Amino acid sequence: MLKYTIRRLLLLIPTMFFVALITFSLAHAAPGSPFDRNPNRPLPQETIDRLNRLYGVDKPMYEQFALFLGNAVRFDFGSSLVKNRAVSDIIGDGFPVTAQLGIQALLLALALSLPLGIISALRQNSYVDYGSLFFATIGYTIPSFVIAIFLIYIFAVNLRMLPVVGWGDLRHMILPTVVLALAPAAVLMRLTRASMLEAIRQDYVRTARSKGLREQVVVVGHVLKNAMIPVATVIGPATAGLITGSFIIETIFSVPGIGRLFVTSINQRDYPIIMGTTLLYAFLIVLANLTVDLVYGMLDPRIKVGK
Amino acid sequence: MTTTTAMPTSQRRAAELNVITRKQRSLWGDALHRLRRNKAAMFGVVMIAIAAVLAIFAPMIAPYDPIQQHTADSLADPFFSNSQYSNPAYPLGSDQLGRDILSRLIWSSRVSMVVGFVPTALIFIVGITVGMLSGFHGGRVDNLLMRFTDIIYAFPDLLFLIIIMANLRNTPAGDLMGGLVLMFVAIAIVNWVGLARLVRGQVLSLKEKEFIEAARAVGVKPGRIMAKHLFPNALAPVIVSMAFAIPSAILAEATLSFIGIGIKPPTPTWGVMINEGFVVFSATPWPVILPALCISIVMLSFTFVGDGLRDALDPRMKI
Amino acid sequence: MALLEVNDLHTQFFTRDGTVKAVDGVTFEIAAGETLGLVGESGCGKSVTALSLMRLIPMPPGKIVKGSVVFDGQDVTKMDDDDVRQIRGNNIAMIFQDPMTSLNPVLTISRQISEALELHLKMDRGESRKRTIELLELVGIPSAAKRLDDYPHQFSGGMRQRVMIAMALSCNPKLILADEPTTALDVTIQAQILDLLKNLAREFRTAFILITHDLGVVAGMTQRIHVMYGGKIVEKADTGELFANPKMPYTWGLLRSIPRLDERRKGKLLPIEGLPPDLIAPPPGCRFEPRCQYRHEICREKPPELLPIPNAKPDHEARCWGTQAGGWLVDIDWRRDIGDTKQLEEIKQEVATLPPEAIRAATADVPPPPAAQR
Repeated sequence: MLKYTIRRLLLLIPTMFFVALITFSLAHAAPGSPFDRNPNRPLPQETIDRLNRLYGVDKPMYEQFALFLGNAVRFDFGSSLVKNRAVSDIIGDGFPVTAQLGIQALLLALALSLPLGIISALRQNSYVDYGSLFFATIGYTIPSFVIAIFLIYIFAVNLRMLPVVGWGDLRHMILPTVVLALAPAAVLMRLTRASMLEAIRQDYVRTARSKGLREQVVVVGHVLKNAMIPVATVIGPATAGLITGSFIIETIFSVPGIGRLFVTSINQRDYPIIMGTTLLYAFLIVLANLTVDLVYGMLDPRIKVGK
Repeated sequence: MTTTTAMPTSQRRAAELNVITRKQRSLWGDALHRLRRNKAAMFGVVMIAIAAVLAIFAPMIAPYDPIQQHTADSLADPFFSNSQYSNPAYPLGSDQLGRDILSRLIWSSRVSMVVGFVPTALIFIVGITVGMLSGFHGGRVDNLLMRFTDIIYAFPDLLFLIIIMANLRNTPAGDLMGGLVLMFVAIAIVNWVGLARLVRGQVLSLKEKEFIEAARAVGVKPGRIMAKHLFPNALAPVIVSMAFAIPSAILAEATLSFIGIGIKPPTPTWGVMINEGFVVFSATPWPVILPALCISIVMLSFTFVGDGLRDALDPRMKI
Repeated sequence: MALLEVNDLHTQFFTRDGTVKAVDGVTFEIAAGETLGLVGESGCGKSVTALSLMRLIPMPPGKIVKGSVVFDGQDVTKMDDDDVRQIRGNNIAMIFQDPMTSLNPVLTISRQISEALELHLKMDRGESRKRTIELLELVGIPSAAKRLDDYPHQFSGGMRQRVMIAMALSCNPKLILADEPTTALDVTIQAQILDLLKNLAREFRTAFILITHDLGVVAGMTQRIHVMYGGKIVEKADTGELFANPKMPYTWGLLRSIPRLDERRKGKLLPIEGLPPDLIAPPPGCRFEPRCQYRHEICREKPPELLPIPNAKPDHEARCWGTQAGGWLVDIDWRRDIGDTKQLEEIKQEVATLPPEAIRAATADVPPPPAAQR
């Protein structure tokens, strides 16, 4: 177990390297200079050249990349070409916001999906079942930005209950968190339901019943633990979904997190920010997947104890 | 002795021969039958067919040219909204530049259909090839390919898409077919890994089965084994995966267009329409609601069909 | 009074394709300490019968539609759920066929065995752990104390089945239903498990219903055997009597299809041609009729009853028009594979007209009939 973990952590390094390489190449494949953003007021060429030289953007690609790597291992990602602050500072500001949004959304998604999934499975074809499946389908098929727009329309424009943009207190956090949580909740709910249905058909459930256990005890003591194993493994990809969802949500609701930071930095061609945030995201995803694998190993004794 | 009771000869024959008279079906025939019984899936198929028809015959069905602006008639409301702003010339209203929404919706279905199917086809080709080679040969090839997919997996897909689209759309490559080619390639690049891994997993488990061993023992060449033995048996989850890849691609395009880095103007897509409609949302919600409805229906349809296919091909395969 | 009396049990499954009459009028009884064999091919209803005894039939598609199961004086089919749960694991226990899937992979075996102990015998953790070790040693698991907290996948197939047996024994039930307990195991392990069951039956005076398709398994284990086919019992006899003097063509088919070491015939193994009956729309007459080589018109029209038969012990019953009183198979020697009885009559007449030398020449290599006579 330990060896496996260490091996996976070591694999992080080459993965991060390639992620950086790919991102760097793509970012620099875009034509034009980051300083020449406004087509209505083009800067004179010498100014652009000077700015380029100043920020080292005129150096050949491989040099820039090597420079970047050298600094990156010291967690120095340079400074933003737009905002004139260190990238790590800017990211440091935005990260807690995004983290909070993400964790809230994940908890909300779990709190909704797990109970609903379990109940749906136990009461198949009941109203609860059909209702949950209906909402799960909606959450899964309708794009999050569409749902966001609708909710904004209902709650902010019409009912004037909640603010549209901003972040800070509970009222600001409700809509973004709810919208972000919907898609993962839908997926998790369907999976939980399917997993429970699968587990309850197994032979060992019949054995448990043959011992005279009450149905409740059978479900909780025997079925649940088995059913939750596949669900736990999906939390990794669900986290990835939360990350990508945060781009849209933060943009729509103007939440000051790194999602919005990323989107704006793409438009502004702010390379240091692009690199920094991309690497951060990649790291988070790999970490999330690793955690899920470890958790899975701990839950399933066939893996934990091995043969 | 007693006289024989009047039983239809066929029934007696059946009882005599003990043949179960229910029709025998092949694997695919059985799956098709199950799919047909699934009402939601059939609804989905109908809807997709309608969208396809709209897409193919758009020039003949749409009342207006989707990019032609009639600024004098901007922001008309749809006929069913009972507002003072509805204009009978534009049945579903018009956007802020006076373009007919109905026509734009119809033309947008073209883009969406194409964006759904073309990248999926690319993913299919690349994913299956890589997955089968990787799973079949194992060893270093497998290792290499899996490390490669790990790297791509580390990117959140939307992030990767955004990076590719944003950076390359102003290059010459990004101009091909109004940005469509770039979109296809981007979506395909980001999403093929899932299928490759799936196929690899299937191949790995099938490889151990006796019939593959038998084929090898008889001397069948690897290419033929892959084509004739592995491929058909691995097909079922692949089909399901493809069925879900299509709405995923459509959603990706809509999302990118909504952010503003999708298909280039003036081509209309539902995502673009929502983007533009968002600006005037407080004045009138319809320019947003109508394309949103279209996306939702199409995605719902594909999801129903995907679910139906999964249930039909393997009722126990509850992913 | 018998420990268990099953009377006209009907269990059916309601499916989209029709109602499957899995158990169609089964009546039998078992006394305390007795081992009864329930034999038949796949799909004959033997497992469903066993599950019905404990009301373990899944309720949505399945239902006990008629009949009674009287265990220790109480009708299980009429009890409410709580009372049935009282009996399960406690007075009646079941051993299932595949120990890998029948044991919960994420729970330790100690947990799975203690569950019943804590539930029915109200033991606490400490007591149940001790008792679990005793049980595991009883069924022959080495280093029982050390393996308490192991998981099912850490045991071999034979060991897992022993764990299941320990689980079944845990509350000292009066009746154990063993559903194909050795089918999933190697032959050598099979023998060990069967020996174990036999010893346990003797030591604890537990009644066993041994369900299997394998006649070899029941031969050394049971006192009585019931043969099932198409949802009905088609023959009932003491074990020795069944093997020595079977009285139903299906049973003959089963016995004939077993390869024997002392086989003198040069011929092929004789399978029973055809397929089991469709339980949704079974044949109107005898269910075995379509596959029976001794059939007559009446077999197709009217289903025979399970009745005592001539030329056999008094409690030997069979469900066959041919072997019942007045039937055409009453005096038959089933060991001689002679095919259609009508044909036999014709052959006999033909033979009567032939000169003796021709007969001798024709029957030169046919072995003489076995000496045993009824």
